[in-house]
Amino acid sequence: MSARPAIDGWFTTGEAPALLGSRCTTCATTYFPPTPTDRAGFCRNPACGGEEFATVELSRRGQVWSYTDAQYQPPPPYVSRTDPYEPFALAAVELDEGITVLGQVADGYGVGDLKVGAEVELVVETLNRADDGDDLLIWRWKPVTELGEEADQ
Amino acid sequence: MSNDVAVLGVGMHPWGKWGKPFTEYGVVAARAALADAGVAWTDVDLVVGGETVRNGYGGYVAGATFAQALGWNGARVATSYAACATGAQALDTARARILAGLSEVALVVGADTTPKGFLAPNAGERWDDPDWLRFRLLGMTNPAYFALYARRRMDLYGATQEDFARVKVKNARHGLANPNARYRKEVSAEDVLASAVVADPLHLLDICATSDGAAAVIIASPDYATRHGLDSPVRINAISTVTPTFPNTVLDMPNLSTDAHGGVEPERTFKESIAHAAYEEAGIGPDDVSLAEVYDLSTALELDWIEDLALCKRGEAEALLRAGDTTLGGRIPVNPSGGLACFGEAVPAQALAQVCEVTWQLRGQAEGRQVEGARVGITANQGLFGHGSSVILSR
Repeated sequence: MSARPAIDGWFTTGEAPALLGSRCTTCATTYFPPTPTDRAGFCRNPACGGEEFATVELSRRGQVWSYTDAQYQPPPPYVSRTDPYEPFALAAVELDEGITVLGQVADGYGVGDLKVGAEVELVVETLNRADDGDDLLIWRWKPVTELGEEADQ
Repeated sequence: MSNDVAVLGVGMHPWGKWGKPFTEYGVVAARAALADAGVAWTDVDLVVGGETVRNGYGGYVAGATFAQALGWNGARVATSYAACATGAQALDTARARILAGLSEVALVVGADTTPKGFLAPNAGERWDDPDWLRFRLLGMTNPAYFALYARRRMDLYGATQEDFARVKVKNARHGLANPNARYRKEVSAEDVLASAVVADPLHLLDICATSDGAAAVIIASPDYATRHGLDSPVRINAISTVTPTFPNTVLDMPNLSTDAHGGVEPERTFKESIAHAAYEEAGIGPDDVSLAEVYDLSTALELDWIEDLALCKRGEAEALLRAGDTTLGGRIPVNPSGGLACFGEAVPAQALAQVCEVTWQLRGQAEGRQVEGARVGITANQGLFGHGSSVILSR
């Protein structure tokens, strides 16, 4: 059994995982999700005609724009990792690049651990299991515990 | 030169979960609107139908579907799709032909039959479709987006779940006497707070249902209205169907991310720009508005809309709500129809339903829910894929 990203080309794995964005080589606007590399891409800045992009790693940390959770099992094509279903939290996180990116919240954390403006960092965890037995990996947002806060928890 | 068009008639099929073909609802609404207008179907020379693309239909909605069901009369035909703004876009299409002198009197109609439960994407694997990916990769449902907006109000402006419940209590009361509303029952704040949490902080009763229903509007040029014997018809002063402006920095359904803001927040959010364009086109300001019909997909979203429509400053909608300003009898009643809280959402019909309600209000015919002395009404909604609309009517 091995593990692979649930979607190709959107994030890196390993020690310091990061989302992968596309930066327009003409106007430097960065996009996430990345522009597909196997077909034409067009810059969506209305004042730019750019069609070439460089792949860039996005900031691994950001501030929570907002957050919620999924207390009912979402419908297909969502596939629950557990049976019975276990609720999970979701957060929209504003990165230094000025992009707000949605993600599930890391295992073990819920809405009680989050606040608008709070710092989170990107981790990669298991979303669910593929039919071939592989774990499918996904990016998630994990609350950053500042030094000194551990004692309060 | 005025760009106003006259509303000759409006009609609806009651909202519910009837499980019948959408065409039947559409014909009922169309015939009601024609009767209200006193216009014969054979005199209508333009039909614009609202379309929806959700899965689960025995067929797809189009202008021609309704034209055939009403009996082919040789009218010009068009079809609009703009998610929740579909009805307004259809209305805008009809208005354009009338103002251009290409058509005289138009039927605009939207109808829907909805499946049960969470709105889900079409079947199949679509790795380049954000509406599919948001479910597949994140389990991100529509209520989860509504919950993100609700939570921001709590953390930034001090809103509480009790405030959200107050919106439901208000709208439930507004809709009690509305014959077209699906839910006509008082709801207490305790009922809302005791209902299951779907997506924190929103409870089941904070979130609108999906419904079957249909709405239709008959519009014509002011000249036609005069010849038809109408002295002071309700007029449509503006229809805004603007797209977002880059960079769109507020997370919108069904996207997984926003544009990059490049360090500078844009002058207006998308929802603010929808209303702004309507006010500009009408030459009417927020201070002139007597009532608003806004898209309360969630209770908390109604509070966002009040600010997006500039009916108060950002962060002040809870104060308006608590003071009773948005209740019937208050300074600026919001959702006198009962809103989506009482109707549930019938996507291609909903923007037209808002126009029907404002028309009844401006004519003084909103029995049991009348905003006294209503002169100007505004509608607002936002849907998937960069669609949204706002219509301003006056009399």
